[in-house]
Amino acid sequence: MTASFPAGLAPGFADPALAAQVSFRAALTALSEPGCLVALGHGLAPPPPPLGPAAAALALTLLDHDTPLWLSPALRPAAAYLRFHCGCPPAAGPEAARFAVVTAAELPPLAVFAAGSDDYPDHSATVIVDVAGLRAGGPLVLSGPGIADRATLAADGLPADFLACWAANRGRFPRGVDLLLTCGPLLCGLPRTTLVGG
Amino acid sequence: MTTDDNATLTPADRPYWMGVLARAPAAALETAWAGVAPGPAWHLLRAPECGLVMVQGRAGGNGQPFNLGEMTATRCSVQLADGTVGHGYVAGRDRRKAELAALFDALLQGPAGPGLMASLIAPLAAQAAAARTETSRAAAATRVDFLGLVRSR
Repeated sequence: MTASFPAGLAPGFADPALAAQVSFRAALTALSEPGCLVALGHGLAPPPPPLGPAAAALALTLLDHDTPLWLSPALRPAAAYLRFHCGCPPAAGPEAARFAVVTAAELPPLAVFAAGSDDYPDHSATVIVDVAGLRAGGPLVLSGPGIADRATLAADGLPADFLACWAANRGRFPRGVDLLLTCGPLLCGLPRTTLVGG
Repeated sequence: MTTDDNATLTPADRPYWMGVLARAPAAALETAWAGVAPGPAWHLLRAPECGLVMVQGRAGGNGQPFNLGEMTATRCSVQLADGTVGHGYVAGRDRRKAELAALFDALLQGPAGPGLMASLIAPLAAQAAAARTETSRAAAATRVDFLGLVRSR
């Protein structure tokens, strides 16, 4: 099978049950140790660009027909792929989404996403942000639950007002959104409990 | 889903041929696939996977729907090199049959569609119809008519 196939659809996990468990474990690790970079998406056929392997693996693991998904405009070419494999309905806008996959450049203010309620903070959106670069030891200084002292992170391409947005998101705890930053096969969790300083 | 603007076969025909493929014997599909030469380039979008589907029934065909029970079904999706996507949904756990049904579904949407319709789908449908007639004939031979006795008062 060396023929090239059109990009709109691609195969999902070769072994859906096992691969989804591995990805879920990776997401748990990432969210419980913010700032820790984990790799995922091994063995996943290349998803339709510009969707990266880590973002695709997370989507295939976490999304199903109960989770309206919002894609930022640059990622719309992957809509058919995610719809086919996850069966997730498209959300009318970011405010209606349980999950969103966005590029860092198109990240809307976090306040537009569902933040849950004080009674049900879990009814909030989880936003998968595909950033231009992701590595440890950068300008962002993380602290909070899951971090021994402090962790440093470089996430390229986030909007200039990201720190202010994040502080506001942190300020409405227990409401708020959780971020999953991805770049290529790498994932870093940024749960709402994490303090981010510049 | 990729649809081909084919002059002869339309998406409206698709449920028909998918149904025929789903009911066809696996051996017949295997033989027919061996006859497709040269086989087109294709890959699996969704590998054959078994699952359960709830079968609903209606008493007398028009009552309230009720859940009759679950049955095993196998589905598979393939993509041809030209982008055409084929889906196969078959009863049972025959993964290879689901794969072949998906492949033929993809081929039927393309330029080979009318040819395959005549050479594969029509004979399979005729076979299925003949088997059905045979079964109902055998059943009809043992039919008991319960005549309503009119009781006079």
